[in-house]
Amino acid sequence: MGDYVMNDMQKRIRQLCREFSLNELIPTSKEYDIEGRLNEDAYRKAVEIGFTKIAWGKEYGGLGLDTVTQVMVTEELSYGDAGFANVMVASSLAARPVLMAGTEEQKQFMADIVIHGGKAAFCLTEANAGSDAGAIRTSAKKTEDGYIINGSKCFITNGPEAEVYIVFAMTDNSKGVKGISAFLVPGDTPGVGHGAHEDKVGIRQSSASDVIFQDVKVPFSALLGKEGEGFKIAMKTLDIARIDCAAAAVGIAQRAIDLSVKYAKERKTFGKPIAKLQAIQFMIADMEIQTEAARALVRQAAELKDMGQINSKICACAKAFAGDTAVRVATDAVQIYGGYGYIRDYPVEKLMRDAKIFQIFDGTNQIQRVVIAGNMLK
Amino acid sequence: MRIIVCVKQVPDTNEIKINPETGTLIRDGVPSILNPDDANALEAALAIKDSCPDTTTVTAITMGPPQAKEMLKDCIAMGADEAILLSDRALGGSDTWATSNALASGIKQIGSYDLIFAGRQAIDGDTAQVGPQIAEKLNLPQVTYVRSLKLNDDCLTVERALENGYEIIDVKMPCLLTTIKELNTPRYKTVQGIMDSESADISVWNADDIGVDKHTVGLKASPTNVFKSFTPKPKGAGVYVSGGSPKEKVQILLSALEEKHVI
Repeated sequence: MGDYVMNDMQKRIRQLCREFSLNELIPTSKEYDIEGRLNEDAYRKAVEIGFTKIAWGKEYGGLGLDTVTQVMVTEELSYGDAGFANVMVASSLAARPVLMAGTEEQKQFMADIVIHGGKAAFCLTEANAGSDAGAIRTSAKKTEDGYIINGSKCFITNGPEAEVYIVFAMTDNSKGVKGISAFLVPGDTPGVGHGAHEDKVGIRQSSASDVIFQDVKVPFSALLGKEGEGFKIAMKTLDIARIDCAAAAVGIAQRAIDLSVKYAKERKTFGKPIAKLQAIQFMIADMEIQTEAARALVRQAAELKDMGQINSKICACAKAFAGDTAVRVATDAVQIYGGYGYIRDYPVEKLMRDAKIFQIFDGTNQIQRVVIAGNMLK
Repeated sequence: MRIIVCVKQVPDTNEIKINPETGTLIRDGVPSILNPDDANALEAALAIKDSCPDTTTVTAITMGPPQAKEMLKDCIAMGADEAILLSDRALGGSDTWATSNALASGIKQIGSYDLIFAGRQAIDGDTAQVGPQIAEKLNLPQVTYVRSLKLNDDCLTVERALENGYEIIDVKMPCLLTTIKELNTPRYKTVQGIMDSESADISVWNADDIGVDKHTVGLKASPTNVFKSFTPKPKGAGVYVSGGSPKEKVQILLSALEEKHVI
């Protein structure tokens, strides 16, 4: 386990997460990865243990713990299976705009779903609006008694199963990004549909699909914040969500290290374990340096958030560095395993596949650099 | 219903270090966990509490050094209502006989109870003696190796595992049962449970509090003396003679023994 400065309670919570990952996620991780479906039994247990309510305020039925504790939990669950962790991370991502801009009723509605294990989906990305989120075409037309939403979103995590969708749509085309508004749309609203579960390279316990809105009528009370605030809400949400996303990447890197260390001690070449070879030792040391540094950045971002000082530059640094680290470290783990690393009978190729998405989603790592430089050069 | 669960903190590793002078385990610096069989015992108690939550109290009790409180906090995080630690220098170094004297006195101090659970045995000592000894000292009926149990009014129907089968036993409460892992799957702690257990008030009782005769506890009072502790050499795999009539099996066995010049 990597080192954090932790109080006793956090240590025990972290130990519990690790126990859960070792018992419930790792033994079946390969099977669910191949089948591309969520380990529902483990998910139900995770909900019972309370992993879905860590950072929710007590007033909403949550545990009221801090971001530092949340990122520890995310890292440990991702250590077990990054796809599994992503189901929860995506739901809390979707909850973020509601916590930020929602009314008390909207917050409680969201909490009642997510805390009890219901899934939620954050619907921003469209086929022609990924990094360029301002280019979305989904529209929300105002009527006498609410809005009518039309459009199609893609690569939406939890898309097929979500009980609630947070949808970003244009309420005023003439205003560019200032014409985007955010809506809370229950999954059973008529006109909401979804496409097929994408056959992804990694994080395969977590589903992603198109989500389609066809003449979806929602009341005025579905609007989050005010009209035109959607883009701002989305960007602020992504700032915060990046911390959790980065924590999940660290979990993958840590697993890659632990597996590499174990394998290097067991695997013998030239009459001795490969762990005796400096070439392997240096690789393992570099994996550790990067992972500890990524963890420290995640911790820094989380502590700042807990102090009420959300720092979008640090969040972007953490996400980009942790994502890049996960890819490098997992790829190195495959290298240490050699030919065995490249086949599915061994666990490290999955880590490499799982890691890649962390350079792409929640803002590509190129976009993170845009955010970082933008903050520095403004 | 009041249920008492006897638990033990054990080293969380298979690489146990032994003090070469006393032959006892070195526990300092080794992370401790709830003994696995005791987790089954606690789960059995909590399952009863689940079925009648308002009328059931589950109390975990252990004897150990002050740091055993951490393990008791874990018992509370799993769902135990309260926990008691028997801790006193006078109790240190107790063998199973002395330990069961202390635990039996502690349980008497708790007062009334309907059911006592203990794990079959601890992974550090593997004696499986403390549970049965407590039952004897409290003059209670006992059933060991319990693999299933059903609660009827004031009586329990339990299955007791044997080497090649099981027996069904009706036992009247109050009684003591020792549990094996086949009985159940221990639940996870909850995050809320961990948070609550951080502020839980764990009672610490010393030898005077439990009124135990100090000549019956501790290292000096323990009739067991560790003569020597060592790691036994691994034995080779055994051979199971299967198939054929008893006569044929005996013949196979005889020739194998002759081959090895045993007979």
